[in-house]
Amino acid sequence: MWHVAFSELRKLRRPSLFLGTMGAVIFFSGLFSSLLFLLIDSPQGNGDRGRMIGREILALPSGGVRGFASVGSFLGIIALCVFAAQTAQEYTYGTLRNLLVRQPSRMKILLGKLAAMKIFAIIMVVLAALVSISASILLAPRAKVNTDLWFSAAGKSAILETFVNVIISVIGFGIVGMILGLLFRSPISAISLGVLWLLIVENLLVAVKSNTEKWLPGSNLSAIAQGGTPTLEYKHALIVGAAYVIVGALVAAGLFKRRDVSN
Amino acid sequence: MSELAISVKDLTKNYGARVAVSHATFDVPYGTICGFVGPNGSGKTTTIRMLLGLVRTTGGTGEILGESITHPEKYLPKVGAMIEGPAFYPALSGKENLNVLAALGGFSKERVQPLLEKVGLGDRGNSKFKTYSLGMKQRLGIAAALLPNPKLLVLDEPTNGLDPAGIQEVRELIRDLATDGTTVFVSSHLLSEIEMISEYLVMLREGKVIFYGKTAELLAQQQPVIVAKSKRTTDLKKLLKIAKDSGHSASIIAGAVHVISDSSFAAEFNELAFDAGITLSSLNAVLPTLEETFFEMTGE
Repeated sequence: MWHVAFSELRKLRRPSLFLGTMGAVIFFSGLFSSLLFLLIDSPQGNGDRGRMIGREILALPSGGVRGFASVGSFLGIIALCVFAAQTAQEYTYGTLRNLLVRQPSRMKILLGKLAAMKIFAIIMVVLAALVSISASILLAPRAKVNTDLWFSAAGKSAILETFVNVIISVIGFGIVGMILGLLFRSPISAISLGVLWLLIVENLLVAVKSNTEKWLPGSNLSAIAQGGTPTLEYKHALIVGAAYVIVGALVAAGLFKRRDVSN
Repeated sequence: MSELAISVKDLTKNYGARVAVSHATFDVPYGTICGFVGPNGSGKTTTIRMLLGLVRTTGGTGEILGESITHPEKYLPKVGAMIEGPAFYPALSGKENLNVLAALGGFSKERVQPLLEKVGLGDRGNSKFKTYSLGMKQRLGIAAALLPNPKLLVLDEPTNGLDPAGIQEVRELIRDLATDGTTVFVSSHLLSEIEMISEYLVMLREGKVIFYGKTAELLAQQQPVIVAKSKRTTDLKKLLKIAKDSGHSASIIAGAVHVISDSSFAAEFNELAFDAGITLSSLNAVLPTLEETFFEMTGE
């Protein structure tokens, strides 16, 4: 399995993919966190969907990672796209047959690819954390936010907790991307469907019937990144998110194991 | 230990009601070059995919390098393959593509550059795969197949897109590998090439094996042919009629009349042509080539 992972990492480290993805992570992490402080007095709000996150909230121990937590969903979509593309491209390029001749165990191929993509995702999250927290520290004085509690024991604990939550969320989104890649065997189809569902369909469903949010995969995985939301409890989000990921993974892995490789 | 590199019995693959391969049975001895031929859609690629574990069999059994085809993990580390053309990652260089496969198979990266040199890509290894010509892509595919230093090499149309010099290089490479003890199982539409290099042959038609064994035995079974060319091309049809009226099977191929008969008919044919006012520009008795035999056996 580790041979598969090292092989996959060689593909993931190509400059266009690696630098392009990390560039997007840096940009959006910086942007989301900066806006949290730059728009602190804006009547349109500085949080998700126009919510107001005031100085008292940002002064809490978790204030330093608010921006980081809010970028979690976006990182998840990036992970979904990367994982989906890396999986589905083996079908479109025809390279799956080469992989299977060199490593006939299909489960090892899947697990190896997942291990490598998890490493990629962790690098993304680490970079996002560094950029987000740095931006928050730099902009807090300008926004007149007290940062004393950010560096306390509780603050450090908040950083660690948020970091773990964002990683779980991002990897969850990534596995959904892998599932879509295995099912649709085309990067364009997998990514389009995934992004369409997460950004449009789920938002429409929640707008029409708000209690559907509790059972939708994207909403739950996003809520994990934020440690829970006012409408979605963390524990519930973990359970529902895990259920979607596990069932989807079992179905996709089963199909992958049994399907003939004819292209 | 089995003396056979490949041994299959009643290998079958159905896709629903469609039979792609039907009860294929053949053996390939170790250390030989075996040609695998058949018309388009005859089941060659499906058979190769079953041997490599890419496609599940519907029935039958098989052994590769002494291991059952139900356990590809036991023999694939010693097998190199290029199936249905080279498939690589376009954004990676040739070298990087081979490094990916080397990492996957647990091989040393040090093998990559010598292999690139061997296939004539030594100075283009750092160029992206998407910039390669078709011939260069084929060469990279062959290099990838050679990565594991294989005991069995399976090549599907290895000379596709190569110029004559490239075809000759591949031919020499295959011969060298066989000399070193590698068994080569090569599928190709270039029957003249197959005839030149293959001691063994497996021939498919409509999913069934219609011949397997030594190439020389197949050709020896075929009837000799008398090939006659007339001075005037307008006389070919008259010449054909003369051959058929004499009770022989005949056809016009490439501007000459081919008559299925041994050389004893040559003199009589010459006289009959002369009596009909036809002047022959050439008259030869030859054994049919593999290509001619292939057309006759597959009805293509």
